Amino acid sequence: MVRLPIYMDNNATTRTDPRVLEAMIPYFTERYGNSASRNHSFGWEAEEAVELAREQIGSLIGATAKEIIFTSGATESNNLAIKGVASMYKKKGNHIITAETEHKAVLDPCKRLERDGCEITFLPVDKEGRVSPEQVASAIKEKTILVSLMAGNNEIGTLHPLKEIGKICKEKGVLFHTDATQAAGKAPVDVEECGIDLLSLSAHKMYGPKGIGALSVRRKDPRVRLDALIDGGGHERGMRSGTLPVPSIVGFGMAAEIARKEMEAETARLQALRERLHRGISSRLGDVYLNGHPEFRLPGNLNLSFAFVEGEALMMGIKDVAVSSGSACTSASLEPSYVLKALGVGDELAHSSIRFGLGRFNTVEEVDHVIEDVVRAVNHLRDMSPLYEMHKQGIDLKTVQWAAH
Amino acid sequence: MAYSTKVLDHYNNPRNVGSFEKDDPLVGTGVVGAPECGDVMKLQIKVNPLTGLIEDAKFKTFGCGSAIASSSLATEWIKGKSIDQALEIRNTEIVEELALPPVKVHCSVLAEDAIKAAIHNYQEKQANQPAEASAN
Repeated sequence: MVRLPIYMDNNATTRTDPRVLEAMIPYFTERYGNSASRNHSFGWEAEEAVELAREQIGSLIGATAKEIIFTSGATESNNLAIKGVASMYKKKGNHIITAETEHKAVLDPCKRLERDGCEITFLPVDKEGRVSPEQVASAIKEKTILVSLMAGNNEIGTLHPLKEIGKICKEKGVLFHTDATQAAGKAPVDVEECGIDLLSLSAHKMYGPKGIGALSVRRKDPRVRLDALIDGGGHERGMRSGTLPVPSIVGFGMAAEIARKEMEAETARLQALRERLHRGISSRLGDVYLNGHPEFRLPGNLNLSFAFVEGEALMMGIKDVAVSSGSACTSASLEPSYVLKALGVGDELAHSSIRFGLGRFNTVEEVDHVIEDVVRAVNHLRDMSPLYEMHKQGIDLKTVQWAAH
Repeated sequence: MAYSTKVLDHYNNPRNVGSFEKDDPLVGTGVVGAPECGDVMKLQIKVNPLTGLIEDAKFKTFGCGSAIASSSLATEWIKGKSIDQALEIRNTEIVEELALPPVKVHCSVLAEDAIKAAIHNYQEKQANQPAEASAN
Protein backbone atom coordinates (compact mmCIF):
# COMPACT_ATOMS: atom_id res chain seq x y z
CA MET A 1 0.00 0.00 0.00
CA VAL A 2 1.42 3.37 -1.06
CA ARG A 3 1.26 6.19 1.45
CA LEU A 4 -0.29 9.38 0.10
CA PRO A 5 0.54 12.07 -0.76
CA ILE A 6 3.59 11.08 -2.78
CA TYR A 7 6.49 13.54 -2.87
CA MET A 8 8.00 13.65 -6.36
CA ASP A 9 9.34 17.20 -6.43
CA ASN A 10 12.93 16.54 -5.35
CA ASN A 11 14.31 19.24 -7.66
CA ALA A 12 12.49 21.76 -5.47
CA THR A 13 13.75 20.40 -2.18
CA THR A 14 14.43 17.06 -0.52
CA ARG A 15 13.48 15.45 2.73
CA THR A 16 16.26 15.70 5.30
CA ASP A 17 17.84 12.26 5.58
CA PRO A 18 17.26 10.84 9.10
CA ARG A 19 21.01 10.17 9.37
CA VAL A 20 21.62 13.86 8.72
CA LEU A 21 19.14 14.97 11.35
CA GLU A 22 20.64 12.58 13.86
CA ALA A 23 24.09 14.03 13.31
CA MET A 24 22.79 17.58 13.80
CA ILE A 25 20.87 17.21 17.05
CA PRO A 26 23.82 17.18 19.53
CA TYR A 27 24.95 20.49 18.07
CA PHE A 28 21.72 22.09 19.23
CA THR A 29 21.51 20.52 22.67
CA GLU A 30 25.02 19.78 23.95
CA ARG A 31 27.73 21.07 21.64
CA TYR A 32 26.24 24.48 21.04
CA GLY A 33 29.44 26.50 21.07
CA ASN A 34 30.37 29.24 18.63
CA SER A 35 33.02 27.86 16.29
CA ALA A 36 34.78 31.22 16.45
CA SER A 37 35.28 30.97 20.23
CA ARG A 38 38.98 30.18 20.46
CA ASN A 39 39.36 29.96 24.22
CA HIS A 40 37.16 27.14 25.51
CA SER A 41 36.14 23.60 24.72
CA PHE A 42 32.65 24.55 23.50
CA GLY A 43 34.24 26.60 20.74
CA TRP A 44 36.84 23.95 19.97
CA GLU A 45 34.37 21.13 19.50
CA ALA A 46 32.16 23.34 17.32
CA GLU A 47 35.16 24.30 15.21
CA GLU A 48 36.20 20.67 14.90
CA ALA A 49 32.72 19.77 13.65
CA VAL A 50 32.77 22.60 11.11
CA GLU A 51 36.19 21.54 9.83
CA LEU A 52 35.01 17.95 9.41
CA ALA A 53 32.03 19.23 7.41
CA ARG A 54 34.37 21.25 5.16
CA GLU A 55 36.32 18.05 4.49
CA GLN A 56 33.14 16.10 3.73
CA ILE A 57 31.77 18.77 1.38
CA GLY A 58 35.13 19.32 -0.30
CA SER A 59 35.51 15.58 -0.94
CA LEU A 60 32.19 15.47 -2.77
CA ILE A 61 33.39 17.98 -5.38
CA GLY A 62 37.14 17.41 -5.39
CA ALA A 63 37.93 20.60 -3.49
CA THR A 64 39.99 21.03 -0.35
CA ALA A 65 38.39 21.84 3.00
CA LYS A 66 39.94 25.31 2.99
CA GLU A 67 38.19 26.19 -0.25
CA ILE A 68 34.70 25.80 1.23
CA ILE A 69 32.98 29.07 2.22
CA PHE A 70 29.68 28.61 4.03
CA THR A 71 26.69 30.72 2.97
CA SER A 72 22.94 30.71 3.58
CA GLY A 73 22.30 28.72 0.41
CA ALA A 74 22.98 28.54 -3.30
CA THR A 75 21.26 31.85 -4.03
CA GLU A 76 23.75 33.62 -1.80
CA SER A 77 26.62 31.55 -3.21
CA ASN A 78 25.70 32.54 -6.75
CA ASN A 79 25.39 36.20 -5.77
CA LEU A 80 28.73 36.10 -3.97
CA ALA A 81 30.49 34.41 -6.87
CA ILE A 82 29.13 36.70 -9.58
CA LYS A 83 29.04 40.05 -7.80
CA GLY A 84 32.19 39.24 -5.84
CA VAL A 85 34.17 38.53 -9.02
CA ALA A 86 32.69 41.50 -10.90
CA SER A 87 33.74 43.84 -8.12
CA MET A 88 37.17 42.32 -7.42
CA TYR A 89 38.23 42.02 -11.07
CA LYS A 90 36.68 45.21 -12.45
CA LYS A 91 40.08 46.54 -13.47
CA LYS A 92 40.60 43.46 -15.62
CA GLY A 93 37.24 43.58 -17.37
CA ASN A 94 33.50 43.79 -17.09
CA HIS A 95 32.16 41.08 -19.36
CA ILE A 96 30.38 37.99 -18.00
CA ILE A 97 29.06 35.03 -19.97
CA THR A 98 26.11 32.95 -18.82
CA ALA A 99 23.17 31.14 -20.45
CA GLU A 100 19.44 31.79 -20.89
CA THR A 101 18.44 28.68 -18.94
CA GLU A 102 20.30 29.49 -15.73
CA HIS A 103 18.45 29.76 -12.44
CA LYS A 104 17.15 33.21 -11.50
CA ALA A 105 19.77 33.29 -8.74
CA VAL A 106 22.37 33.58 -11.51
CA LEU A 107 20.38 35.55 -14.09
CA ASP A 108 19.19 38.26 -11.73
CA PRO A 109 22.60 39.10 -10.22
CA CYS A 110 23.88 39.29 -13.82
CA LYS A 111 21.04 41.61 -14.78
CA ARG A 112 21.76 43.84 -11.81
CA LEU A 113 25.42 44.05 -12.85
CA GLU A 114 24.27 44.86 -16.38
CA ARG A 115 22.33 47.84 -15.04
CA ASP A 116 25.47 48.88 -13.17
CA GLY A 117 27.57 48.92 -16.32
CA CYS A 118 28.75 45.35 -16.86
CA GLU A 119 28.28 43.61 -20.17
CA ILE A 120 26.52 40.25 -19.97
CA THR A 121 26.22 37.63 -22.71
CA PHE A 122 23.25 35.29 -22.25
CA LEU A 123 24.09 32.33 -24.46
CA PRO A 124 21.21 30.52 -26.15
CA VAL A 125 20.96 26.72 -25.69
CA ASP A 126 20.24 23.92 -28.17
CA LYS A 127 16.87 22.16 -28.21
CA GLU A 128 18.01 19.80 -25.47
CA GLY A 129 19.19 22.64 -23.27
CA ARG A 130 22.95 22.44 -23.76
CA VAL A 131 25.56 25.11 -24.36
CA SER A 132 28.48 23.97 -26.50
CA PRO A 133 32.15 24.60 -25.68
CA GLU A 134 32.47 26.35 -29.07
CA GLN A 135 29.74 28.82 -28.12
CA VAL A 136 31.62 29.69 -24.96
CA ALA A 137 34.93 29.98 -26.80
CA SER A 138 33.56 32.38 -29.37
CA ALA A 139 31.80 34.51 -26.76
CA ILE A 140 34.97 35.12 -24.72
CA LYS A 141 36.68 38.44 -25.41
CA GLU A 142 39.40 40.53 -23.88
CA LYS A 143 37.13 42.06 -21.25
CA THR A 144 35.65 38.71 -20.16
CA ILE A 145 36.24 37.97 -16.48
CA LEU A 146 33.77 35.17 -15.73
CA VAL A 147 31.79 32.33 -17.29
CA SER A 148 28.88 31.12 -15.17
CA LEU A 149 27.11 27.96 -16.31
CA MET A 150 25.12 25.55 -14.19
CA ALA A 151 26.08 21.89 -13.84
CA GLY A 152 22.53 20.47 -13.96
CA ASN A 153 19.38 22.37 -14.83
CA ASN A 154 16.68 22.56 -12.16
CA GLU A 155 13.75 22.27 -14.58
CA ILE A 156 14.88 19.97 -17.35
CA GLY A 157 17.85 18.25 -15.70
CA THR A 158 20.22 18.89 -18.62
CA LEU A 159 23.94 18.60 -17.80
CA HIS A 160 26.34 20.97 -19.58
CA PRO A 161 29.72 19.72 -20.89
CA LEU A 162 31.57 21.28 -17.95
CA LYS A 163 34.91 19.64 -18.56
CA GLU A 164 35.27 21.00 -22.09
CA ILE A 165 33.97 24.42 -21.07
CA GLY A 166 36.32 24.51 -18.07
CA LYS A 167 39.25 23.75 -20.35
CA ILE A 168 38.41 26.68 -22.61
CA CYS A 169 38.12 29.03 -19.63
CA LYS A 170 41.53 27.90 -18.38
CA GLU A 171 43.13 28.43 -21.79
CA LYS A 172 41.67 31.92 -22.07
CA GLY A 173 42.39 32.87 -18.47
CA VAL A 174 38.74 33.44 -17.56
CA LEU A 175 37.25 32.38 -14.22
CA PHE A 176 34.67 29.59 -14.38
CA HIS A 177 31.75 29.48 -11.95
CA THR A 178 29.23 26.65 -11.89
CA ASP A 179 25.97 26.48 -9.99
CA ALA A 180 26.00 22.83 -8.93
CA THR A 181 22.93 23.09 -6.69
CA GLN A 182 21.07 20.37 -8.58
CA ALA A 183 23.97 18.23 -9.76
CA ALA A 184 26.12 17.93 -6.65
CA GLY A 185 25.63 14.56 -5.04
CA LYS A 186 23.58 13.37 -8.04
CA ALA A 187 26.11 13.44 -10.86
CA PRO A 188 29.92 13.52 -10.67
CA VAL A 189 31.17 17.11 -10.48
CA ASP A 190 34.87 17.62 -9.76
CA VAL A 191 36.40 21.08 -9.58
CA GLU A 192 39.85 19.79 -10.59
CA GLU A 193 38.71 17.63 -13.46
CA CYS A 194 36.37 20.32 -14.82
CA GLY A 195 38.60 23.33 -14.15
CA ILE A 196 35.97 24.99 -11.97
CA ASP A 197 37.11 28.03 -9.99
CA LEU A 198 33.88 28.74 -8.11
CA LEU A 199 31.11 26.25 -7.35
CA SER A 200 27.78 26.86 -5.62
CA LEU A 201 26.11 24.27 -3.42
CA SER A 202 22.94 23.95 -1.39
CA ALA A 203 22.37 21.40 1.39
CA HIS A 204 18.62 21.01 1.06
CA LYS A 205 18.81 19.69 -2.50
CA MET A 206 20.94 16.78 -1.27
CA TYR A 207 18.89 15.62 1.73
CA GLY A 208 20.45 18.15 4.09
CA PRO A 209 18.83 21.02 6.00
CA LYS A 210 17.49 24.23 4.44
CA GLY A 211 19.26 27.54 4.98
CA ILE A 212 22.83 26.37 4.50
CA GLY A 213 24.94 26.34 1.37
CA ALA A 214 28.51 26.83 0.28
CA LEU A 215 30.68 28.42 -2.33
CA SER A 216 33.85 26.59 -3.18
CA VAL A 217 36.52 29.18 -3.98
CA ARG A 218 39.71 27.96 -5.64
CA ARG A 219 42.87 28.68 -3.65
CA LYS A 220 45.53 28.02 -6.25
CA ASP A 221 45.99 27.96 -10.04
CA PRO A 222 44.57 30.56 -9.85
CA ARG A 223 43.95 31.90 -6.36
CA VAL A 224 40.48 33.40 -6.72
CA ARG A 225 39.68 36.54 -4.78
CA LEU A 226 36.22 37.93 -4.08
CA ASP A 227 34.80 41.13 -2.71
CA ALA A 228 32.49 40.15 0.15
CA LEU A 229 28.80 40.99 0.06
CA ILE A 230 28.44 40.74 3.83
CA ASP A 231 31.00 42.45 6.03
CA GLY A 232 31.48 41.88 9.73
CA GLY A 233 33.61 39.65 11.89
CA GLY A 234 35.77 38.44 9.02
CA HIS A 235 34.62 34.82 9.08
CA GLU A 236 35.22 32.51 6.13
CA ARG A 237 38.49 34.11 5.05
CA GLY A 238 36.74 37.47 5.08
CA MET A 239 34.49 36.47 2.21
CA ARG A 240 31.37 35.91 4.30
CA SER A 241 31.04 37.26 7.81
CA GLY A 242 28.54 35.93 10.32
CA THR A 243 28.54 33.29 13.04
CA LEU A 244 28.49 29.85 11.47
CA PRO A 245 25.27 27.84 11.94
CA VAL A 246 27.10 24.82 13.31
CA PRO A 247 24.18 22.31 13.44
CA SER A 248 23.27 23.10 9.82
CA ILE A 249 26.88 22.79 8.73
CA VAL A 250 27.21 19.43 10.47
CA GLY A 251 24.06 18.28 8.66
CA PHE A 252 25.35 19.59 5.34
CA GLY A 253 28.62 17.71 5.88
CA MET A 254 26.83 14.47 6.66
CA ALA A 255 24.55 14.92 3.64
CA ALA A 256 27.60 15.40 1.40
CA GLU A 257 29.31 12.34 2.88
CA ILE A 258 26.24 10.14 2.29
CA ALA A 259 25.80 11.52 -1.23
CA ARG A 260 29.43 10.77 -2.09
CA LYS A 261 29.33 7.24 -0.76
CA GLU A 262 25.95 6.31 -2.20
CA MET A 263 25.96 8.25 -5.45
CA GLU A 264 26.81 5.37 -7.71
CA ALA A 265 24.14 3.03 -6.35
CA GLU A 266 21.59 5.80 -6.04
CA THR A 267 22.16 7.01 -9.60
CA ALA A 268 21.50 3.52 -10.94
CA ARG A 269 18.36 3.16 -8.83
CA LEU A 270 16.99 6.60 -9.77
CA GLN A 271 17.67 6.09 -13.45
CA ALA A 272 15.78 2.81 -13.33
CA LEU A 273 12.84 4.48 -11.57
CA ARG A 274 12.88 7.34 -14.05
CA GLU A 275 12.88 4.96 -17.02
CA ARG A 276 10.04 2.98 -15.47
CA LEU A 277 8.02 6.18 -15.02
CA HIS A 278 8.79 7.45 -18.52
CA ARG A 279 8.06 4.13 -20.22
CA GLY A 280 4.98 3.48 -18.10
CA ILE A 281 3.47 6.79 -19.16
CA SER A 282 4.61 6.86 -22.80
CA SER A 283 3.48 3.30 -23.50
CA ARG A 284 -0.08 4.22 -22.53
CA LEU A 285 -0.40 7.81 -23.76
CA GLY A 286 0.35 9.32 -27.16
CA ASP A 287 1.79 12.77 -27.78
CA VAL A 288 4.01 12.86 -24.70
CA TYR A 289 7.31 14.69 -25.24
CA LEU A 290 10.52 14.63 -23.20
CA ASN A 291 11.99 18.04 -22.39
CA GLY A 292 15.75 18.18 -21.95
CA HIS A 293 18.48 15.77 -22.96
CA PRO A 294 17.75 12.02 -23.11
CA GLU A 295 21.24 11.09 -21.94
CA PHE A 296 23.02 14.06 -20.34
CA ARG A 297 20.54 14.67 -17.54
CA LEU A 298 20.16 14.43 -13.78
CA PRO A 299 19.22 10.86 -12.86
CA GLY A 300 16.03 11.76 -10.99
CA ASN A 301 14.64 14.38 -13.34
CA LEU A 302 11.87 13.65 -15.83
CA ASN A 303 10.25 16.62 -17.55
CA LEU A 304 7.38 15.72 -19.89
CA SER A 305 4.93 17.72 -21.97
CA PHE A 306 1.47 16.23 -22.37
CA ALA A 307 0.09 17.75 -25.56
CA PHE A 308 -3.48 19.14 -25.49
CA VAL A 309 -3.54 19.21 -21.68
CA GLU A 310 -2.69 22.18 -19.48
CA GLY A 311 -0.13 21.56 -16.74
CA GLU A 312 -1.92 23.03 -13.76
CA ALA A 313 -5.12 21.18 -14.63
CA LEU A 314 -3.09 17.98 -14.81
CA MET A 315 -1.58 18.68 -11.40
CA MET A 316 -5.11 19.04 -10.03
CA GLY A 317 -5.91 15.66 -11.52
CA ILE A 318 -3.00 14.01 -9.73
CA LYS A 319 -3.61 15.79 -6.46
CA ASP A 320 -1.98 13.07 -4.35
CA VAL A 321 1.32 13.55 -6.17
CA ALA A 322 3.55 16.56 -5.54
CA VAL A 323 5.21 17.64 -8.83
CA SER A 324 5.86 20.95 -10.63
CA SER A 325 4.73 22.44 -13.91
CA GLY A 326 6.20 24.92 -16.37
CA SER A 327 2.69 26.17 -17.02
CA ALA A 328 2.07 29.87 -16.67
CA CYS A 329 -0.85 29.16 -14.39
CA THR A 330 1.50 27.94 -11.69
CA SER A 331 3.64 31.06 -11.78
CA ALA A 332 2.75 34.49 -10.52
CA SER A 333 3.88 36.06 -13.79
CA LEU A 334 1.43 34.15 -16.02
CA GLU A 335 4.37 33.44 -18.30
CA PRO A 336 5.27 29.85 -19.09
CA SER A 337 8.71 28.54 -18.14
CA TYR A 338 11.54 30.60 -19.64
CA VAL A 339 13.72 27.49 -19.62
CA LEU A 340 11.34 25.55 -21.87
CA LYS A 341 10.95 28.62 -24.09
CA ALA A 342 14.74 28.78 -24.45
CA LEU A 343 14.70 25.20 -25.79
CA GLY A 344 12.33 26.33 -28.52
CA VAL A 345 9.54 24.21 -27.05
CA GLY A 346 6.38 25.99 -28.22
CA ASP A 347 4.47 27.93 -25.60
CA GLU A 348 1.59 25.47 -25.79
CA LEU A 349 3.91 22.59 -24.86
CA ALA A 350 5.48 24.67 -22.11
CA HIS A 351 2.00 25.10 -20.65
CA SER A 352 1.60 21.31 -20.82
CA SER A 353 4.78 20.37 -18.98
CA ILE A 354 5.19 18.49 -15.74
CA ARG A 355 8.47 18.03 -13.87
CA PHE A 356 8.78 14.78 -11.95
CA GLY A 357 11.68 14.93 -9.49
CA LEU A 358 12.54 11.47 -8.21
CA GLY A 359 14.66 11.17 -5.11
CA ARG A 360 16.23 8.94 -2.51
CA PHE A 361 12.96 8.10 -0.77
CA ASN A 362 10.81 7.28 -3.80
CA THR A 363 9.84 3.65 -4.38
CA VAL A 364 8.81 1.46 -7.31
CA GLU A 365 5.30 1.27 -5.82
CA GLU A 366 5.08 5.06 -5.82
CA VAL A 367 6.22 5.24 -9.43
CA ASP A 368 3.55 2.73 -10.45
CA HIS A 369 0.90 4.69 -8.56
CA VAL A 370 1.97 7.91 -10.30
CA ILE A 371 1.79 6.24 -13.73
CA GLU A 372 -1.83 5.21 -13.06
CA ASP A 373 -2.76 8.67 -11.78
CA VAL A 374 -1.14 10.48 -14.72
CA VAL A 375 -2.70 8.24 -17.37
CA ARG A 376 -6.15 8.61 -15.84
CA ALA A 377 -5.88 12.39 -15.43
CA VAL A 378 -4.50 12.98 -18.95
CA ASN A 379 -7.29 10.90 -20.50
CA HIS A 380 -9.90 12.75 -18.42
CA LEU A 381 -8.53 16.12 -19.57
CA ARG A 382 -8.06 15.14 -23.20
CA ASP A 383 -11.71 14.05 -23.29
CA MET A 384 -12.62 17.64 -22.57
CA SER A 385 -9.85 19.31 -24.58
CA PRO A 386 -10.92 21.15 -27.75
CA LEU A 387 -7.32 20.88 -28.96
CA TYR A 388 -7.33 17.10 -28.66
CA GLU A 389 -10.64 16.99 -30.55
CA MET A 390 -9.19 19.09 -33.36
CA HIS A 391 -6.03 17.00 -33.42
CA LYS A 392 -8.11 13.82 -33.79
CA GLN A 393 -10.03 15.44 -36.65
CA GLY A 394 -6.70 15.92 -38.39
CA ILE A 395 -6.55 19.68 -37.96
CA ASP A 396 -3.03 21.09 -37.68
CA LEU A 397 -3.26 23.35 -34.64
CA LYS A 398 -0.47 25.54 -35.98
CA THR A 399 -2.63 26.58 -38.95
CA VAL A 400 -5.55 27.71 -36.79
CA GLN A 401 -6.14 31.44 -36.43
CA TRP A 402 -6.54 31.83 -32.66
CA ALA A 403 -8.24 34.75 -31.00
CA ALA A 404 -5.40 35.43 -28.58
CA HIS A 405 -6.31 37.27 -25.42
CA MET B 1 -3.16 28.06 -3.30
CA ALA B 2 -6.12 25.83 -2.54
CA TYR B 3 -9.01 25.44 -4.95
CA SER B 4 -12.57 26.20 -3.88
CA THR B 5 -14.94 23.27 -3.42
CA LYS B 6 -16.97 24.47 -6.40
CA VAL B 7 -13.95 24.59 -8.71
CA LEU B 8 -12.98 21.09 -7.63
CA ASP B 9 -16.52 19.85 -8.18
CA HIS B 10 -16.67 21.23 -11.74
CA TYR B 11 -13.17 19.90 -12.44
CA ASN B 12 -13.98 16.40 -11.22
CA ASN B 13 -17.53 16.31 -12.58
CA PRO B 14 -17.62 18.73 -15.48
CA ARG B 15 -21.17 19.47 -16.72
CA ASN B 16 -22.03 19.35 -20.40
CA VAL B 17 -18.70 18.23 -21.85
CA GLY B 18 -18.99 17.49 -25.54
CA SER B 19 -19.67 18.90 -28.97
CA PHE B 20 -22.60 19.59 -31.27
CA GLU B 21 -22.41 19.43 -35.05
CA LYS B 22 -21.05 22.88 -35.77
CA ASP B 23 -22.75 23.16 -39.18
CA ASP B 24 -26.20 22.72 -37.64
CA PRO B 25 -28.03 26.06 -38.25
CA LEU B 26 -29.46 25.93 -34.73
CA VAL B 27 -26.00 25.61 -33.17
CA GLY B 28 -23.75 28.52 -32.31
CA THR B 29 -20.05 27.86 -31.68
CA GLY B 30 -17.60 30.13 -29.90
CA VAL B 31 -13.88 29.35 -29.64
CA VAL B 32 -11.82 31.79 -27.59
CA GLY B 33 -8.27 31.87 -26.29
CA ALA B 34 -5.08 30.43 -27.79
CA PRO B 35 -2.93 27.41 -26.99
CA GLU B 36 0.18 29.54 -26.46
CA CYS B 37 -1.69 31.49 -23.78
CA GLY B 38 -2.58 28.27 -22.01
CA ASP B 39 -6.36 28.54 -22.41
CA VAL B 40 -8.73 27.59 -25.23
CA MET B 41 -12.47 27.36 -24.62
CA LYS B 42 -14.99 26.04 -27.08
CA LEU B 43 -18.58 26.71 -26.03
CA GLN B 44 -21.61 25.71 -28.09
CA ILE B 45 -25.29 26.53 -27.75
CA LYS B 46 -28.28 24.84 -29.36
CA VAL B 47 -31.30 27.11 -29.73
CA ASN B 48 -34.89 25.93 -29.89
CA PRO B 49 -36.31 27.74 -32.96
CA LEU B 50 -39.87 27.76 -31.55
CA THR B 51 -39.14 29.19 -28.11
CA GLY B 52 -35.88 31.05 -28.90
CA LEU B 53 -34.40 29.57 -25.74
CA ILE B 54 -30.97 27.93 -25.40
CA GLU B 55 -32.14 24.36 -24.93
CA ASP B 56 -28.70 22.80 -24.63
CA ALA B 57 -25.06 23.81 -24.27
CA LYS B 58 -21.74 22.00 -24.47
CA PHE B 59 -18.11 22.90 -23.85
CA LYS B 60 -14.58 21.68 -24.25
CA THR B 61 -11.73 23.50 -22.55
CA PHE B 62 -7.94 23.35 -22.63
CA GLY B 63 -6.80 25.25 -19.57
CA CYS B 64 -6.31 25.17 -15.86
CA GLY B 65 -8.90 23.88 -13.39
CA SER B 66 -10.43 27.33 -12.99
CA ALA B 67 -10.85 27.67 -16.76
CA ILE B 68 -12.53 24.27 -16.91
CA ALA B 69 -14.81 25.17 -14.00
CA SER B 70 -15.68 28.58 -15.49
CA SER B 71 -16.75 27.08 -18.79
CA SER B 72 -18.59 24.18 -17.14
CA LEU B 73 -20.51 26.66 -14.98
CA ALA B 74 -21.23 28.87 -18.00
CA THR B 75 -22.92 26.01 -19.85
CA GLU B 76 -24.99 25.25 -16.77
CA TRP B 77 -26.13 28.85 -16.44
CA ILE B 78 -27.08 29.51 -20.06
CA LYS B 79 -29.21 26.39 -20.47
CA GLY B 80 -32.90 27.35 -20.54
CA LYS B 81 -32.10 31.05 -20.90
CA SER B 82 -33.03 33.28 -23.81
CA ILE B 83 -30.25 34.77 -25.93
CA ASP B 84 -30.73 38.15 -24.26
CA GLN B 85 -30.60 36.64 -20.77
CA ALA B 86 -27.43 34.71 -21.63
CA LEU B 87 -25.80 37.90 -22.88
CA GLU B 88 -26.36 39.45 -19.48
CA ILE B 89 -24.09 36.97 -17.68
CA ARG B 90 -21.04 38.81 -16.37
CA ASN B 91 -17.65 37.34 -15.58
CA THR B 92 -17.85 38.82 -12.07
CA GLU B 93 -20.78 36.51 -11.32
CA ILE B 94 -18.62 33.54 -12.30
CA VAL B 95 -15.78 34.83 -10.12
CA GLU B 96 -18.16 35.11 -7.19
CA GLU B 97 -19.83 31.73 -7.68
CA LEU B 98 -16.51 29.84 -8.01
CA ALA B 99 -14.62 32.00 -5.48
CA LEU B 100 -11.83 32.55 -8.02
CA PRO B 101 -8.69 34.31 -6.76
CA PRO B 102 -7.47 37.44 -8.62
CA VAL B 103 -4.95 35.51 -10.76
CA LYS B 104 -7.82 33.39 -12.13
CA VAL B 105 -10.17 36.22 -13.06
CA HIS B 106 -9.06 35.93 -16.68
CA CYS B 107 -10.65 32.43 -16.77
CA SER B 108 -14.04 33.97 -16.04
CA VAL B 109 -13.48 36.67 -18.66
CA LEU B 110 -12.77 33.96 -21.19
CA ALA B 111 -15.99 32.13 -20.26
CA GLU B 112 -18.03 35.31 -20.74
CA ASP B 113 -16.31 35.86 -24.09
CA ALA B 114 -17.07 32.27 -25.09
CA ILE B 115 -20.80 32.72 -24.40
CA LYS B 116 -20.84 35.92 -26.47
CA ALA B 117 -18.86 34.31 -29.30
CA ALA B 118 -21.25 31.33 -29.46
CA ILE B 119 -24.29 33.61 -29.53
CA HIS B 120 -22.69 35.84 -32.15
CA ASN B 121 -21.99 32.80 -34.31
CA TYR B 122 -25.61 31.62 -33.95
CA GLN B 123 -27.00 35.05 -34.83
CA GLU B 124 -24.75 35.30 -37.89
CA LYS B 125 -25.99 31.93 -39.09
CA GLN B 126 -29.60 33.01 -38.62
CA ALA B 127 -29.02 36.24 -40.54
CA ASN B 128 -27.52 34.29 -43.42
CA GLN B 129 -30.33 31.71 -43.59
CA PRO B 130 -32.01 31.28 -46.99
CA ALA B 131 -35.43 33.03 -47.13
CA GLU B 132 -37.53 29.84 -47.24
CA ALA B 133 -35.94 28.52 -44.06
CA SER B 134 -36.59 31.68 -42.05
CA ALA B 135 -40.18 31.88 -43.39
CA ASN B 136 -41.19 28.86 -41.27
